[in-house]
Amino acid sequence: MSKQRKAVALISGGLDSLLAAQTIQQQGIHVEGINFFTGFCVEGHTHAIRKKDKDKPKRNNALWSAETLGIKLHIIDIIEEYKDVLLNPKHGYGANLNPCLDCKVFMVGKAKEWAVENGFDFIITGEVIGQRPMSQRRDTMPIIAEESGADDLLLRPLCAQNLPETKPEREGWVNRDLLHDFSGRTRKPQMALAEEFGFTDYAQPAGGCCFLTDKAYSVKLTDLWASRGNREYELDDIMLLKVGRHFRPKPNFKLIVSREEGENNFLKGYKKQFTTIKTISHKGPITLLDGTADKDDLILAAQIVARFSQGRDADKVEVEVADKNGVTQLLSVKPLLASEINEAWRV
Amino acid sequence: MIELDARRLLCPMPVIRTQDKIKTLSVGDILQVICTDPGVVHDIPAWSRINGHKVLDIKEQDDEIYITIEVGDD
Repeated sequence: MSKQRKAVALISGGLDSLLAAQTIQQQGIHVEGINFFTGFCVEGHTHAIRKKDKDKPKRNNALWSAETLGIKLHIIDIIEEYKDVLLNPKHGYGANLNPCLDCKVFMVGKAKEWAVENGFDFIITGEVIGQRPMSQRRDTMPIIAEESGADDLLLRPLCAQNLPETKPEREGWVNRDLLHDFSGRTRKPQMALAEEFGFTDYAQPAGGCCFLTDKAYSVKLTDLWASRGNREYELDDIMLLKVGRHFRPKPNFKLIVSREEGENNFLKGYKKQFTTIKTISHKGPITLLDGTADKDDLILAAQIVARFSQGRDADKVEVEVADKNGVTQLLSVKPLLASEINEAWRV
Repeated sequence: MIELDARRLLCPMPVIRTQDKIKTLSVGDILQVICTDPGVVHDIPAWSRINGHKVLDIKEQDDEIYITIEVGDD
């Protein structure tokens, strides 16, 4: 009796990884999923933070994919290790701060380590030649296999017929003829295969799962690094870039102004780490002050916060400023006019 | 009952903490995870189902969510 072969599938929560895993499962291979959390994943966070999104389903698409496939999913925290990928990408960045090729090399490498530790035979991904401008090109896909250390144990079921044979195919663990030859940016073959498999409720058709591909987010991250004079970051730093309006009126401080109740609640959780500003005389947003501020800076900050409160048209708004230790001071300020909010302050 | 504090963490961190904690427990142990991210109401049960654990109870109180899990034969 032949040995039961086992594959670990990189599951992003998108359609391609779902289809790749199902394709291999159908060949009798035992498949388990692995999903990496970098801290920059879009998945779930903004829904969790923003009250206006509370009615939207909050499902984690990687978990949903695993449940649909009937496989286990191992979610791995790579926040610390990922810093080196982001800060020192050997292959550079994409359009924004997305180090896509280095990211893929790193994740496949981590999956290979996991496979070895857990007795799995090979690794599968939902990559398709030509689908992505940086990491899924004919010339970059071999780089991923080679630099990750996965080499010919890395099988891409959706485009395998366009690539050289891998060990799982050569050894007869999987039948190459039953793999696919997808290529390019068209999604039609994936849609057709999803229909064939009976998948209807899948997540976004292609990618879009990382904040680092987002221009506005990348600008905020660049500003954070520039203001600190170094590129170190912690999870809280990168989470806060996803929340609120960001203003930098002066180089020494930035304001994070909540946009609604859900963000208010989220920012309240940071009162022991940041100076917190809120309006007392009128309803208004919770605001965090990141950096250092003298007396004049605090007055300017309070005027900005008052601008976003219900007292924006009042002559005076009472504002409470609380430092990290909870020591408070009250300021009475005239809210800035809309025209006085310098557009250059917006991060 | 073993308790795990996952307050203020956003998904998937509470799921990861639950997963890592359960690795250290034995079949039949009862774990209670305390969270604040409403996403856990969907994610922890989904993770538990696919990994062979049983959610015994989900309770929400004062903006906190208490999820009780019986460790299965993973």
